[in-house]
Amino acid sequence: MEIVVLVKQVPDTESIIQIGEDNVSIKTDDIKWVMNPYDELAVEAALQIKEAQGGTVTILSMGPDKTVEVIRTALAMGADTGVHINDPATVGSDALSRAKLLAAAIRARPFDLVIAGMRAVDEDNYQVGAAVAEYLDIPQFTQVTKVVVENDTIKCHQVVEGATVVAEASLPALFTTQRGLNEPRYASLPGIMKAKKKPIETLTLADLDVSPETVGPAGRKINVTALRFPPEREPVKMIDGENAADIASKLATVLHEEIKVI
Amino acid sequence: MTQGVLVICEQRDGAFRKISFEAVSEGRRLADGLNTDLTALVLGGDIADIAGDLEACGPDKIWVADDPLLMDYRTESYTTVCAQAIQSASPQVVLIGASAQGKDLAARLAARLDAGLVMDCIAIRLEDGQLTYTRPMSGGKILADVSITGTPQLVAIRSNVMPITKSSHACTTETFDVQVDEPRTRVVDKKVESGDKVELTEAAIVVSGGRGTGGDYAAIEELASLVNGAVGASRSAVDEGWRPHSDQVGQTGKVVSPSLYVACGISGAIQHLAGMSTSKNIVAINKDAEAPIFAKADYGVVGDLFEIVPELTKAVRQIKE
Repeated sequence: MEIVVLVKQVPDTESIIQIGEDNVSIKTDDIKWVMNPYDELAVEAALQIKEAQGGTVTILSMGPDKTVEVIRTALAMGADTGVHINDPATVGSDALSRAKLLAAAIRARPFDLVIAGMRAVDEDNYQVGAAVAEYLDIPQFTQVTKVVVENDTIKCHQVVEGATVVAEASLPALFTTQRGLNEPRYASLPGIMKAKKKPIETLTLADLDVSPETVGPAGRKINVTALRFPPEREPVKMIDGENAADIASKLATVLHEEIKVI
Repeated sequence: MTQGVLVICEQRDGAFRKISFEAVSEGRRLADGLNTDLTALVLGGDIADIAGDLEACGPDKIWVADDPLLMDYRTESYTTVCAQAIQSASPQVVLIGASAQGKDLAARLAARLDAGLVMDCIAIRLEDGQLTYTRPMSGGKILADVSITGTPQLVAIRSNVMPITKSSHACTTETFDVQVDEPRTRVVDKKVESGDKVELTEAAIVVSGGRGTGGDYAAIEELASLVNGAVGASRSAVDEGWRPHSDQVGQTGKVVSPSLYVACGISGAIQHLAGMSTSKNIVAINKDAEAPIFAKADYGVVGDLFEIVPELTKAVRQIKE
Protein backbone atom coordinates (compact mmCIF):
# COMPACT_ATOMS: atom_id res chain seq x y z
CA MET A 1 0.00 0.00 0.00
CA GLU A 2 1.61 3.27 -1.14
CA ILE A 3 0.13 6.10 0.94
CA VAL A 4 0.79 9.80 0.35
CA VAL A 5 -0.16 12.25 3.11
CA LEU A 6 -0.50 15.97 2.35
CA VAL A 7 0.75 18.11 5.23
CA LYS A 8 0.76 21.88 5.72
CA GLN A 9 2.59 24.04 8.23
CA VAL A 10 0.23 26.59 9.81
CA PRO A 11 0.15 29.05 12.74
CA ASP A 12 -0.74 27.35 16.01
CA THR A 13 -4.46 27.86 16.77
CA GLU A 14 -3.56 29.56 20.07
CA SER A 15 -1.65 32.24 18.11
CA ILE A 16 -2.92 35.79 18.03
CA ILE A 17 -3.08 36.77 14.37
CA GLN A 18 -1.90 40.25 13.43
CA ILE A 19 -2.41 41.91 10.08
CA GLY A 20 0.73 43.03 8.22
CA GLU A 21 1.61 46.54 6.98
CA ASP A 22 0.52 45.63 3.45
CA ASN A 23 -3.00 44.89 4.78
CA VAL A 24 -3.25 41.70 2.70
CA SER A 25 -1.01 39.31 4.67
CA ILE A 26 -0.52 38.35 8.30
CA LYS A 27 2.53 39.14 10.42
CA THR A 28 4.60 36.00 10.81
CA ASP A 29 7.26 37.21 13.31
CA ASP A 30 5.75 35.99 16.58
CA ILE A 31 3.93 32.96 15.28
CA LYS A 32 4.54 29.44 16.47
CA TRP A 33 4.31 27.15 13.43
CA VAL A 34 2.83 23.69 13.78
CA MET A 35 1.44 20.88 11.66
CA ASN A 36 -2.15 21.62 10.62
CA PRO A 37 -4.22 19.73 13.25
CA TYR A 38 -6.29 17.94 10.59
CA ASP A 39 -3.06 16.77 8.93
CA GLU A 40 -2.02 15.12 12.21
CA LEU A 41 -5.17 13.01 11.85
CA ALA A 42 -4.13 12.23 8.28
CA VAL A 43 -0.65 11.07 9.31
CA GLU A 44 -2.13 8.92 12.09
CA ALA A 45 -4.67 7.36 9.69
CA ALA A 46 -1.87 6.55 7.22
CA LEU A 47 0.26 4.94 9.93
CA GLN A 48 -2.65 2.81 11.15
CA ILE A 49 -3.39 1.58 7.62
CA LYS A 50 0.30 0.86 7.04
CA GLU A 51 0.53 -1.03 10.34
CA ALA A 52 -2.42 -3.20 9.32
CA GLN A 53 -1.44 -3.81 5.71
CA GLY A 54 2.21 -2.93 5.20
CA GLY A 55 3.43 -0.41 2.68
CA THR A 56 5.05 2.99 2.84
CA VAL A 57 3.86 6.39 4.01
CA THR A 58 5.20 9.40 2.11
CA ILE A 59 4.73 12.89 3.53
CA LEU A 60 4.25 15.61 0.90
CA SER A 61 4.35 19.28 1.76
CA MET A 62 5.11 22.56 0.05
CA GLY A 63 6.46 25.79 1.45
CA PRO A 64 9.71 27.56 2.39
CA ASP A 65 12.71 25.98 4.14
CA LYS A 66 11.02 25.84 7.58
CA THR A 67 8.31 23.53 6.15
CA VAL A 68 10.80 20.72 6.62
CA GLU A 69 10.00 20.91 10.36
CA VAL A 70 6.49 19.46 9.89
CA ILE A 71 7.77 16.83 7.47
CA ARG A 72 10.28 15.77 10.18
CA THR A 73 7.46 15.71 12.75
CA ALA A 74 5.47 13.33 10.56
CA LEU A 75 8.56 11.19 9.96
CA ALA A 76 9.10 11.09 13.73
CA MET A 77 5.52 9.87 14.15
CA GLY A 78 6.46 6.95 11.90
CA ALA A 79 6.16 7.97 8.25
CA ASP A 80 8.84 6.63 5.93
CA THR A 81 9.88 9.38 3.52
CA GLY A 82 9.27 13.03 2.81
CA VAL A 83 8.85 15.12 -0.31
CA HIS A 84 9.21 18.89 -0.03
CA ILE A 85 8.19 21.23 -2.84
CA ASN A 86 10.38 24.25 -2.13
CA ASP A 87 10.66 26.87 -4.84
CA PRO A 88 10.36 30.67 -4.48
CA ALA A 89 8.34 30.68 -7.72
CA THR A 90 5.53 28.79 -5.97
CA VAL A 91 5.27 31.17 -3.01
CA GLY A 92 1.96 33.01 -3.09
CA SER A 93 0.11 30.23 -4.92
CA ASP A 94 -3.62 29.98 -4.20
CA ALA A 95 -5.41 26.75 -3.28
CA LEU A 96 -5.96 25.55 -6.86
CA SER A 97 -2.34 26.22 -7.83
CA ARG A 98 -1.09 24.41 -4.74
CA ALA A 99 -3.30 21.45 -5.62
CA LYS A 100 -1.80 21.41 -9.15
CA LEU A 101 1.73 21.28 -7.72
CA LEU A 102 0.89 18.62 -5.13
CA ALA A 103 -0.96 16.49 -7.70
CA ALA A 104 2.00 16.71 -10.08
CA ALA A 105 4.34 15.48 -7.34
CA ILE A 106 2.01 12.57 -6.50
CA ARG A 107 1.50 11.60 -10.13
CA ALA A 108 5.25 11.09 -10.54
CA ARG A 109 5.27 8.18 -8.06
CA PRO A 110 3.20 5.08 -7.34
CA PHE A 111 0.25 5.72 -5.03
CA ASP A 112 -2.83 3.81 -3.85
CA LEU A 113 -4.19 6.24 -1.30
CA VAL A 114 -3.87 9.98 -0.70
CA ILE A 115 -4.87 11.43 2.68
CA ALA A 116 -5.22 15.14 3.50
CA GLY A 117 -6.70 17.28 6.26
CA MET A 118 -10.21 18.43 5.38
CA ARG A 119 -8.95 22.02 5.65
CA ALA A 120 -5.94 23.94 6.81
CA VAL A 121 -6.77 26.07 9.85
CA ASP A 122 -5.02 29.15 8.44
CA GLU A 123 -6.88 29.72 5.18
CA ASP A 124 -9.88 27.45 5.84
CA ASN A 125 -10.34 26.71 2.14
CA TYR A 126 -11.49 23.06 2.27
CA GLN A 127 -10.22 22.97 -1.28
CA VAL A 128 -6.82 21.37 -1.80
CA GLY A 129 -7.82 17.75 -1.10
CA ALA A 130 -10.76 17.72 -3.52
CA ALA A 131 -8.77 19.56 -6.20
CA VAL A 132 -5.89 17.08 -5.92
CA ALA A 133 -8.39 14.23 -6.34
CA GLU A 134 -9.78 15.91 -9.45
CA TYR A 135 -6.33 16.46 -10.96
CA LEU A 136 -5.42 12.82 -10.25
CA ASP A 137 -8.83 11.71 -11.57
CA ILE A 138 -9.55 9.58 -8.50
CA PRO A 139 -12.61 9.35 -6.22
CA GLN A 140 -12.71 11.51 -3.09
CA PHE A 141 -14.26 11.30 0.34
CA THR A 142 -14.15 14.51 2.38
CA GLN A 143 -14.65 15.08 6.13
CA VAL A 144 -14.17 11.43 7.03
CA THR A 145 -14.69 10.26 10.63
CA LYS A 146 -14.04 6.55 10.12
CA VAL A 147 -12.15 4.66 7.44
CA VAL A 148 -11.67 0.99 6.60
CA VAL A 149 -9.26 -0.11 3.87
CA GLU A 150 -9.46 -3.76 2.80
CA ASN A 151 -8.62 -5.61 -0.40
CA ASP A 152 -8.14 -2.49 -2.50
CA THR A 153 -11.48 -1.10 -1.35
CA ILE A 154 -11.89 1.95 0.85
CA LYS A 155 -14.99 2.53 2.95
CA CYS A 156 -15.51 5.93 4.58
CA HIS A 157 -17.97 7.40 7.08
CA GLN A 158 -18.71 11.03 6.28
CA VAL A 159 -20.67 13.24 8.65
CA VAL A 160 -22.91 15.69 6.83
CA GLU A 161 -25.52 17.98 8.42
CA GLY A 162 -27.97 15.69 10.19
CA ALA A 163 -26.70 12.38 8.79
CA THR A 164 -23.76 10.03 8.45
CA VAL A 165 -23.11 8.62 4.98
CA VAL A 166 -21.09 5.45 4.51
CA ALA A 167 -19.62 5.08 1.03
CA GLU A 168 -16.97 2.99 -0.66
CA ALA A 169 -14.79 2.93 -3.76
CA SER A 170 -11.95 0.97 -5.27
CA LEU A 171 -8.44 2.33 -4.80
CA PRO A 172 -6.76 4.57 -5.75
CA ALA A 173 -8.73 7.21 -3.87
CA LEU A 174 -8.29 10.28 -1.69
CA PHE A 175 -9.93 11.11 1.62
CA THR A 176 -9.79 14.11 3.94
CA THR A 177 -9.92 13.94 7.72
CA GLN A 178 -12.52 15.26 10.14
CA ARG A 179 -12.11 15.38 13.93
CA GLY A 180 -13.16 12.11 15.52
CA LEU A 181 -11.27 9.96 13.01
CA ASN A 182 -8.51 9.08 15.48
CA GLU A 183 -6.24 10.43 18.20
CA PRO A 184 -2.88 11.28 16.62
CA ARG A 185 0.13 9.75 18.35
CA TYR A 186 2.99 11.84 19.68
CA ALA A 187 6.43 11.39 18.21
CA SER A 188 8.53 9.22 20.54
CA LEU A 189 12.15 10.07 21.32
CA PRO A 190 13.46 7.09 19.29
CA GLY A 191 11.04 8.20 16.55
CA ILE A 192 12.57 11.68 16.57
CA MET A 193 16.09 10.22 16.38
CA LYS A 194 15.14 7.91 13.52
CA ALA A 195 13.42 10.73 11.63
CA LYS A 196 16.72 12.59 11.34
CA LYS A 197 18.02 9.84 9.06
CA LYS A 198 14.90 9.43 6.92
CA PRO A 199 15.15 10.80 3.39
CA ILE A 200 13.44 14.04 2.35
CA GLU A 201 13.44 14.75 -1.37
CA THR A 202 13.29 18.39 -2.42
CA LEU A 203 11.44 19.32 -5.60
CA THR A 204 11.38 22.58 -7.50
CA LEU A 205 9.00 23.77 -10.17
CA ALA A 206 11.36 22.41 -12.83
CA ASP A 207 10.83 18.88 -11.46
CA LEU A 208 7.05 19.11 -11.76
CA ASP A 209 4.83 18.95 -14.81
CA VAL A 210 3.06 22.25 -14.06
CA SER A 211 3.14 25.41 -16.20
CA PRO A 212 4.98 28.16 -14.32
CA GLU A 213 2.33 30.74 -15.24
CA THR A 214 -0.37 28.79 -13.37
CA VAL A 215 1.38 29.07 -9.98
CA GLY A 216 2.67 31.82 -7.71
CA PRO A 217 1.10 35.30 -7.60
CA ALA A 218 0.53 35.34 -11.38
CA GLY A 219 -1.48 32.13 -11.28
CA ARG A 220 -3.85 33.29 -8.56
CA LYS A 221 -7.57 33.35 -9.23
CA ILE A 222 -8.33 34.40 -5.67
CA ASN A 223 -6.87 37.80 -4.80
CA VAL A 224 -6.96 39.13 -1.26
CA THR A 225 -7.64 42.87 -1.45
CA ALA A 226 -7.87 43.61 2.27
CA LEU A 227 -7.68 41.88 5.65
CA ARG A 228 -9.43 43.20 8.73
CA PHE A 229 -10.50 42.08 12.15
CA PRO A 230 -14.14 41.21 12.79
CA PRO A 231 -16.00 44.29 14.03
CA GLU A 232 -15.51 44.97 17.74
CA ARG A 233 -18.53 44.39 19.89
CA GLU A 234 -19.98 47.00 22.24
CA PRO A 235 -18.60 46.61 25.77
CA VAL A 236 -20.24 43.74 27.61
CA LYS A 237 -23.29 44.58 29.71
CA MET A 238 -23.10 42.67 32.98
CA ILE A 239 -26.36 41.51 34.47
CA ASP A 240 -26.49 41.46 38.28
CA GLY A 241 -29.25 40.56 40.68
CA GLU A 242 -30.15 39.41 44.16
CA ASN A 243 -30.04 35.73 43.34
CA ALA A 244 -29.91 33.32 40.40
CA ALA A 245 -33.66 33.60 39.75
CA ASP A 246 -33.51 37.39 39.68
CA ILE A 247 -30.51 37.42 37.30
CA ALA A 248 -32.10 34.80 35.04
CA SER A 249 -35.34 36.75 34.91
CA LYS A 250 -33.51 39.94 33.87
CA LEU A 251 -31.51 38.03 31.26
CA ALA A 252 -34.64 36.40 29.84
CA THR A 253 -36.25 39.85 29.56
CA VAL A 254 -33.24 41.13 27.61
CA LEU A 255 -33.39 38.15 25.24
CA HIS A 256 -37.12 38.65 24.74
CA GLU A 257 -37.47 42.44 24.60
CA GLU A 258 -34.11 43.89 23.56
CA ILE A 259 -32.60 41.40 21.17
CA LYS A 260 -35.87 39.61 20.44
CA VAL A 261 -34.43 36.15 19.95
CA ILE A 262 -36.89 34.51 22.35
CA MET B 1 -20.51 36.21 -22.95
CA THR B 2 -20.84 35.26 -19.32
CA GLN B 3 -23.84 36.62 -17.52
CA GLY B 4 -26.40 35.55 -15.02
CA VAL B 5 -26.30 34.01 -11.60
CA LEU B 6 -26.65 30.26 -11.08
CA VAL B 7 -27.47 28.79 -7.68
CA ILE B 8 -26.78 25.11 -7.02
CA CYS B 9 -29.41 23.97 -4.50
CA GLU B 10 -29.01 21.21 -1.96
CA GLN B 11 -31.79 18.79 -1.12
CA ARG B 12 -31.76 15.57 0.80
CA ASP B 13 -34.45 12.91 0.52
CA GLY B 14 -36.77 15.28 -1.28
CA ALA B 15 -36.50 18.28 1.06
CA PHE B 16 -34.35 21.37 0.49
CA ARG B 17 -31.77 22.25 3.11
CA LYS B 18 -32.30 25.71 4.63
CA ILE B 19 -29.05 26.88 3.01
CA SER B 20 -30.70 26.45 -0.42
CA PHE B 21 -33.25 29.16 0.37
CA GLU B 22 -30.49 31.37 1.74
CA ALA B 23 -28.48 30.88 -1.46
CA VAL B 24 -31.41 31.54 -3.81
CA SER B 25 -32.34 34.67 -1.82
CA GLU B 26 -28.77 35.96 -2.03
CA GLY B 27 -28.70 34.98 -5.72
CA ARG B 28 -31.80 37.12 -6.29
CA ARG B 29 -30.19 40.17 -4.65
CA LEU B 30 -27.03 39.64 -6.66
CA ALA B 31 -28.88 39.14 -9.95
CA ASP B 32 -30.88 42.33 -9.33
CA GLY B 33 -27.65 44.23 -8.61
CA LEU B 34 -26.03 42.91 -11.78
CA ASN B 35 -29.28 43.41 -13.70
CA THR B 36 -29.26 39.83 -14.86
CA ASP B 37 -31.18 36.56 -14.53
CA LEU B 38 -31.19 34.03 -11.72
CA THR B 39 -31.28 30.30 -12.39
CA ALA B 40 -31.67 27.72 -9.62
CA LEU B 41 -30.31 24.23 -10.35
CA VAL B 42 -31.74 21.29 -8.44
CA LEU B 43 -30.19 17.82 -8.62
CA GLY B 44 -31.60 14.55 -7.37
CA GLY B 45 -33.64 11.49 -8.11
CA ASP B 46 -37.40 11.75 -8.27
CA ILE B 47 -37.42 15.40 -7.16
CA ALA B 48 -39.40 17.13 -9.93
CA ASP B 49 -42.28 17.98 -7.62
CA ILE B 50 -40.18 19.82 -5.00
CA ALA B 51 -38.62 22.38 -7.37
CA GLY B 52 -41.56 24.76 -6.89
CA ASP B 53 -40.59 25.20 -3.22
CA LEU B 54 -37.83 27.54 -4.39
CA GLU B 55 -40.10 29.89 -6.34
CA ALA B 56 -40.89 32.16 -3.39
CA CYS B 57 -37.23 33.26 -3.21
CA GLY B 58 -37.44 34.61 -6.76
CA PRO B 59 -35.50 32.63 -9.39
CA ASP B 60 -36.31 33.43 -13.06
CA LYS B 61 -35.71 29.82 -14.00
CA ILE B 62 -35.47 26.51 -12.19
CA TRP B 63 -33.48 23.74 -13.81
CA VAL B 64 -34.34 20.25 -12.62
CA ALA B 65 -31.71 17.55 -13.14
CA ASP B 66 -33.65 14.45 -12.21
CA ASP B 67 -32.01 11.08 -12.67
CA PRO B 68 -31.80 7.84 -10.67
CA LEU B 69 -28.00 8.19 -10.75
CA LEU B 70 -28.39 11.46 -8.83
CA MET B 71 -30.52 9.92 -6.05
CA ASP B 72 -27.62 10.01 -3.58
CA TYR B 73 -25.17 12.88 -3.53
CA ARG B 74 -21.96 11.62 -5.10
CA THR B 75 -19.09 14.00 -5.77
CA GLU B 76 -18.35 12.86 -9.29
CA SER B 77 -21.86 12.63 -10.70
CA TYR B 78 -22.93 15.95 -9.18
CA THR B 79 -19.73 17.64 -10.35
CA THR B 80 -20.33 16.40 -13.89
CA VAL B 81 -23.91 17.67 -14.01
CA CYS B 82 -23.07 21.02 -12.40
CA ALA B 83 -20.17 21.50 -14.83
CA GLN B 84 -22.52 20.76 -17.76
CA ALA B 85 -25.05 23.30 -16.44
CA ILE B 86 -22.35 25.93 -15.96
CA GLN B 87 -20.94 25.33 -19.44
CA SER B 88 -24.45 25.58 -20.86
CA ALA B 89 -25.51 28.75 -19.00
CA SER B 90 -22.08 30.50 -18.79
CA PRO B 91 -22.96 32.33 -15.58
CA GLN B 92 -20.81 35.10 -14.17
CA VAL B 93 -21.38 33.90 -10.60
CA VAL B 94 -22.29 30.47 -9.20
CA LEU B 95 -23.58 30.29 -5.61
CA ILE B 96 -23.63 27.13 -3.55
CA GLY B 97 -24.27 26.51 0.13
CA ALA B 98 -21.09 25.81 2.11
CA SER B 99 -22.50 22.76 3.89
CA ALA B 100 -20.37 19.61 4.15
CA GLN B 101 -21.82 18.42 0.83
CA GLY B 102 -21.58 21.88 -0.74
CA LYS B 103 -17.92 22.21 0.23
CA ASP B 104 -17.15 18.78 -1.24
CA LEU B 105 -18.91 19.68 -4.50
CA ALA B 106 -17.67 23.27 -4.81
CA ALA B 107 -14.02 22.29 -4.36
CA ARG B 108 -14.15 19.52 -6.97
CA LEU B 109 -16.11 21.75 -9.35
CA ALA B 110 -13.57 24.58 -9.03
CA ALA B 111 -10.78 22.21 -10.07
CA ARG B 112 -12.89 20.74 -12.90
CA LEU B 113 -13.65 24.22 -14.31
CA ASP B 114 -10.31 25.77 -13.33
CA ALA B 115 -12.35 28.50 -11.66
CA GLY B 116 -11.74 30.59 -8.55
CA LEU B 117 -13.73 29.55 -5.48
CA VAL B 118 -14.46 31.64 -2.39
CA MET B 119 -15.22 29.26 0.46
CA ASP B 120 -17.52 30.19 3.36
CA CYS B 121 -18.40 33.61 1.99
CA ILE B 122 -20.32 35.76 4.50
CA ALA B 123 -20.93 38.88 2.39
CA ILE B 124 -20.98 39.86 -1.29
CA ARG B 125 -20.45 43.49 -2.26
CA LEU B 126 -21.03 44.98 -5.69
CA GLU B 127 -19.29 48.29 -6.40
CA ASP B 128 -18.83 49.79 -9.86
CA GLY B 129 -19.49 46.41 -11.42
CA GLN B 130 -16.72 44.79 -9.35
CA LEU B 131 -17.65 41.95 -6.98
CA THR B 132 -15.89 41.68 -3.65
CA TYR B 133 -16.42 38.67 -1.42
CA THR B 134 -15.80 38.60 2.33
CA ARG B 135 -14.71 35.38 4.01
CA PRO B 136 -13.34 34.51 7.44
CA MET B 137 -9.89 32.98 7.74
CA SER B 138 -8.06 31.38 10.68
CA GLY B 139 -11.40 30.20 12.00
CA GLY B 140 -12.83 33.74 12.08
CA LYS B 141 -9.88 35.54 13.70
CA ILE B 142 -9.65 37.70 10.57
CA LEU B 143 -11.89 38.60 7.66
CA ALA B 144 -10.56 38.78 4.12
CA ASP B 145 -11.98 40.76 1.22
CA VAL B 146 -11.20 38.86 -1.97
CA SER B 147 -11.85 39.24 -5.66
CA ILE B 148 -11.86 36.46 -8.23
CA THR B 149 -10.03 36.59 -11.55
CA GLY B 150 -12.03 35.16 -14.45
CA THR B 151 -15.42 33.50 -14.67
CA PRO B 152 -17.38 31.61 -13.53
CA GLN B 153 -16.82 32.95 -10.03
CA LEU B 154 -17.68 30.16 -7.59
CA VAL B 155 -18.94 31.28 -4.21
CA ALA B 156 -19.81 28.89 -1.38
CA ILE B 157 -21.88 30.81 1.17
CA ARG B 158 -21.83 30.07 4.89
CA SER B 159 -24.98 28.74 6.54
CA ASN B 160 -27.12 31.00 8.69
CA VAL B 161 -25.58 34.30 7.56
CA MET B 162 -27.53 35.52 4.53
CA PRO B 163 -31.24 36.18 5.08
CA ILE B 164 -34.02 34.27 3.35
CA THR B 165 -36.20 36.77 1.48
CA LYS B 166 -39.33 36.50 -0.63
CA SER B 167 -39.45 37.90 -4.14
CA SER B 168 -42.15 37.37 -6.73
CA HIS B 169 -40.84 36.74 -10.23
CA ALA B 170 -42.25 34.98 -13.24
CA CYS B 171 -40.51 31.62 -13.01
CA THR B 172 -40.19 28.84 -15.54
CA THR B 173 -39.23 25.31 -14.60
CA GLU B 174 -37.29 23.28 -17.15
CA THR B 175 -35.76 19.85 -17.24
CA PHE B 176 -31.98 19.84 -17.46
CA ASP B 177 -30.90 16.87 -19.53
CA VAL B 178 -28.46 14.77 -17.57
CA GLN B 179 -25.55 12.91 -19.13
CA VAL B 180 -23.79 11.16 -16.33
CA ASP B 181 -21.87 7.94 -15.78
CA GLU B 182 -22.19 5.64 -12.80
CA PRO B 183 -20.02 7.26 -10.10
CA ARG B 184 -16.98 5.36 -8.87
CA THR B 185 -18.13 5.71 -5.25
CA ARG B 186 -21.15 3.83 -3.89
CA VAL B 187 -23.27 4.73 -0.87
CA VAL B 188 -23.59 1.58 1.23
CA ASP B 189 -25.37 3.04 4.26
CA LYS B 190 -26.96 6.27 5.42
CA LYS B 191 -27.82 7.00 9.05
CA VAL B 192 -30.14 9.96 9.41
CA GLU B 193 -30.23 11.57 12.84
CA SER B 194 -33.58 11.87 14.57
CA GLY B 195 -35.65 14.65 13.04
CA ASP B 196 -35.88 16.83 16.15
CA LYS B 197 -32.15 17.40 16.51
CA VAL B 198 -31.18 20.86 15.30
CA GLU B 199 -27.93 21.01 13.31
CA LEU B 200 -25.32 23.15 15.07
CA THR B 201 -24.38 25.25 12.02
CA GLU B 202 -28.02 25.86 11.09
CA ALA B 203 -29.42 26.61 14.56
CA ALA B 204 -30.78 30.07 15.39
CA ILE B 205 -29.79 29.55 19.03
CA VAL B 206 -26.75 27.67 20.30
CA VAL B 207 -26.27 26.86 24.00
CA SER B 208 -22.68 25.82 24.56
CA GLY B 209 -20.92 24.30 27.54
CA GLY B 210 -17.24 24.11 28.43
CA ARG B 211 -15.00 22.86 31.19
CA GLY B 212 -17.29 24.51 33.78
CA THR B 213 -19.97 21.91 33.10
CA GLY B 214 -17.79 19.16 34.52
CA GLY B 215 -19.43 16.98 31.90
CA ASP B 216 -23.01 17.58 33.10
CA TYR B 217 -24.96 18.95 30.12
CA ALA B 218 -28.49 18.29 31.44
CA ALA B 219 -29.29 21.97 32.16
CA ILE B 220 -27.76 23.09 28.86
CA GLU B 221 -29.66 20.45 26.90
CA GLU B 222 -32.93 21.43 28.57
CA LEU B 223 -32.49 25.11 27.67
CA ALA B 224 -31.42 24.28 24.10
CA SER B 225 -34.39 22.00 23.63
CA LEU B 226 -36.84 24.62 24.98
CA VAL B 227 -35.66 27.26 22.47
CA ASN B 228 -35.34 24.76 19.61
CA GLY B 229 -31.60 25.32 19.62
CA ALA B 230 -28.49 23.18 19.33
CA VAL B 231 -25.95 22.21 21.98
CA GLY B 232 -22.33 23.20 21.40
CA ALA B 233 -19.13 22.48 23.30
CA SER B 234 -15.62 23.81 23.75
CA ARG B 235 -12.57 21.84 22.67
CA SER B 236 -11.66 20.94 26.25
CA ALA B 237 -15.16 19.49 26.80
CA VAL B 238 -14.80 17.41 23.62
CA ASP B 239 -11.27 16.34 24.58
CA GLU B 240 -12.66 15.17 27.94
CA GLY B 241 -15.08 12.98 26.01
CA TRP B 242 -18.14 14.79 27.39
CA ARG B 243 -19.51 15.67 23.96
CA PRO B 244 -18.99 14.29 20.43
CA HIS B 245 -16.58 16.01 18.05
CA SER B 246 -19.54 17.12 15.96
CA ASP B 247 -20.59 19.47 18.81
CA GLN B 248 -17.28 21.32 18.95
CA VAL B 249 -17.34 25.06 18.27
CA GLY B 250 -14.00 26.68 17.45
CA GLN B 251 -11.13 26.97 15.02
CA THR B 252 -10.67 23.19 14.96
CA GLY B 253 -14.40 22.54 15.11
CA LYS B 254 -17.43 24.25 13.67
CA VAL B 255 -17.82 27.95 13.10
CA VAL B 256 -21.32 29.05 14.04
CA SER B 257 -23.29 32.23 13.37
CA PRO B 258 -26.55 31.90 15.33
CA SER B 259 -28.79 34.78 16.39
CA LEU B 260 -27.94 33.92 19.98
CA TYR B 261 -24.91 32.10 21.39
CA VAL B 262 -25.01 31.27 25.10
CA ALA B 263 -21.58 30.28 26.43
CA CYS B 264 -21.89 28.44 29.76
CA GLY B 265 -18.78 27.66 31.78
CA ILE B 266 -16.53 28.48 28.81
CA SER B 267 -13.49 30.58 29.69
CA GLY B 268 -12.91 31.71 26.10
CA ALA B 269 -9.71 30.27 24.60
CA ILE B 270 -8.70 32.11 21.42
CA GLN B 271 -9.51 29.16 19.22
CA HIS B 272 -13.04 28.90 20.71
CA LEU B 273 -13.71 32.63 20.37
CA ALA B 274 -12.81 32.34 16.68
CA GLY B 275 -15.60 29.82 16.14
CA MET B 276 -18.39 31.89 17.71
CA SER B 277 -17.39 35.50 17.03
CA THR B 278 -19.78 35.89 14.09
CA SER B 279 -22.80 35.12 16.31
CA LYS B 280 -25.23 38.02 16.28
CA ASN B 281 -25.67 38.10 20.08
CA ILE B 282 -23.44 36.47 22.68
CA VAL B 283 -24.30 35.77 26.31
CA ALA B 284 -21.59 34.50 28.65
CA ILE B 285 -22.26 32.78 31.96
CA ASN B 286 -19.14 32.05 33.97
CA LYS B 287 -18.08 31.86 37.62
CA ASP B 288 -14.83 33.68 36.90
CA ALA B 289 -15.40 37.42 36.42
CA GLU B 290 -11.97 37.65 34.73
CA ALA B 291 -12.73 34.98 32.06
CA PRO B 292 -11.74 36.23 28.57
CA ILE B 293 -15.15 35.20 27.22
CA PHE B 294 -16.68 38.35 28.78
CA ALA B 295 -14.58 40.57 26.50
CA LYS B 296 -16.31 38.99 23.48
CA ALA B 297 -19.83 38.86 24.91
CA ASP B 298 -22.71 41.31 24.63
CA TYR B 299 -24.22 40.27 27.96
CA GLY B 300 -22.43 38.67 30.87
CA VAL B 301 -23.47 36.94 34.06
CA VAL B 302 -20.92 36.10 36.76
CA GLY B 303 -22.35 33.06 38.43
CA ASP B 304 -22.61 29.30 38.63
CA LEU B 305 -24.09 27.88 35.43
CA PHE B 306 -25.80 25.13 37.44
CA GLU B 307 -27.80 27.84 39.26
CA ILE B 308 -28.25 30.36 36.43
CA VAL B 309 -29.09 28.09 33.48
CA PRO B 310 -32.02 26.21 35.13
CA GLU B 311 -33.46 29.54 36.31
CA LEU B 312 -33.00 30.97 32.81
CA THR B 313 -34.86 27.98 31.37
CA LYS B 314 -37.66 28.62 33.85
CA ALA B 315 -37.84 32.33 32.98
CA VAL B 316 -37.80 31.66 29.23
CA ARG B 317 -40.54 29.06 29.64
CA GLN B 318 -42.69 31.67 31.42
CA ILE B 319 -42.17 34.14 28.57
CA LYS B 320 -43.09 31.50 26.01
CA GLU B 321 -46.28 30.64 27.91
